[in-house]
Amino acid sequence: MKITLQEAREQIPQRDIILETTARLMVPFIQLYGLYVIVHGHYSPGGGFQGGVVLGASVILLALALGLPASKEYLTEGTDIIMANVGALIFTGIAVLCALLGGMFLDYSALTKILPIDPISWRSHGIFLVEVGVGMGVMTIMVSIYWDMASAGRLDEGL
Amino acid sequence: MKPLALLATLITGALLLYGTADFAAWGDPQSPPNSNISVRFVEEAVKETHVPNIVTAVLGDYRGYDTMFELVVIYSAGMAVMGILRRREEL
Repeated sequence: MKITLQEAREQIPQRDIILETTARLMVPFIQLYGLYVIVHGHYSPGGGFQGGVVLGASVILLALALGLPASKEYLTEGTDIIMANVGALIFTGIAVLCALLGGMFLDYSALTKILPIDPISWRSHGIFLVEVGVGMGVMTIMVSIYWDMASAGRLDEGL
Repeated sequence: MKPLALLATLITGALLLYGTADFAAWGDPQSPPNSNISVRFVEEAVKETHVPNIVTAVLGDYRGYDTMFELVVIYSAGMAVMGILRRREEL
């Protein structure tokens, strides 16, 4: 199996200018769309999970087209892990913060004590903040799982 | 060990299938889920959360626990894959 993979790699040309340029050009638009899906989740289908997957797909596209090391230059391993943790912490942190400020766990209207606006509006904004955390977590975990699966954990070269 | 696992799977599956007999009929407007909680979400969600998309309101606010632990599940899955597969050349 390993020999056939190596033979296949030798036969395929390693770089392709059309493929690389197309992927490079597509990435910003995919990411813009992913941010749109997250931010517009209040008004249309979408939200943190869907937008996060779209954002993660942009980095996976880079890994597929330019090679895994190129995608690791774009989003480094350390940043990936930090963003995954921060994403999960944003959600749970806001939930705990609501409880500490005297409301129920995950009751965003308790956040009026931080910024005094209408509690109903805070429920809307709280959902948005939480969705940002979900988006960060999902994006980075998708990328991390792809890296591990594609290179058997060595993160040197992908598929 | 394998016949035991098969037996456990079959018994659990049979219990779950038996449980579906008590589900509300599909699309029945008089069933408890459709006559109580759904009506409340449809009527009150926009007033209570100012989110026009009721799906987002239910997911992010009314059922925030569900969404929070969905994220925790994804996070744990990523960390588990990292822990099992990731190798370091230097070590």
